[in-house]
Amino acid sequence: MKVAVRYFASVREALGAGEEVEIGAGTEIAALRDALVARGGRHAEALGRQRLLRSARNRVLCAESTTLAEGDEVGFFPPLTGG
Amino acid sequence: MSASRVSIRSEDFDLGAEVAALRRGDGGVGAVAAFIGTVRDRNDGAAVQSLELEHYPGMTEAAIEAMIDEAMRRFEIRAARVVHRIGVLAPSAQIVLVVVTAAHRGEAFQACEFLMDYLKTQAPFWKKEAGPGGSRWVDARVADDAALSRWGIAAGNAPDRSGALPAKR
Repeated sequence: MKVAVRYFASVREALGAGEEVEIGAGTEIAALRDALVARGGRHAEALGRQRLLRSARNRVLCAESTTLAEGDEVGFFPPLTGG
Repeated sequence: MSASRVSIRSEDFDLGAEVAALRRGDGGVGAVAAFIGTVRDRNDGAAVQSLELEHYPGMTEAAIEAMIDEAMRRFEIRAARVVHRIGVLAPSAQIVLVVVTAAHRGEAFQACEFLMDYLKTQAPFWKKEAGPGGSRWVDARVADDAALSRWGIAAGNAPDRSGALPAKR
């Protein structure tokens, strides 16, 4: 199934605004992140476990244990610093 | 009124106009509390020449709407509005405005602080500072997580999860 991945802040600077990614049904956000990291290069640097990132599914903050569905939008970004 | 509780934009805001709009037509208002966050000219000991704010369009508005719903559940308030600017801002510029109306001051003060504490760690904004030495993304602060925890909410935002206050910088 396909999901739309979106990047923000320092992750966006490294990887661009986002990309469409093909993943298996029932994939969790953590596994999607690991698959992206496994590409190596910039992806490994920007999304690797050495960095604390937060994630969102369909524009709601969520844990990486969240399971994804076809057509979901997944956001990866650094800790939030608004206000 | 409920259609315009949240505004994310590059343009500046006017406190007086925002307060007047929120109070208009509501004779039950006996207290108005407002908070404005502004751009400091120094951060972590370094000069700040400008501050750039990025956000997650669509998610930001929904997240803040949900925060206002939560504030309405927790506190006896009559209305609330949040304005947050994005883009490049100069030192002293206004960044964020929270206005709350209530019958009495206690609930207005509390709801205003609750909304700011919530927004700092749960609304998808990112700050990038530019100074003489270049630009850098601002780090999340453990103190902001601690501020939200006072309301019984785990923020889980800053890298240090120990709950300890950050070292004096």
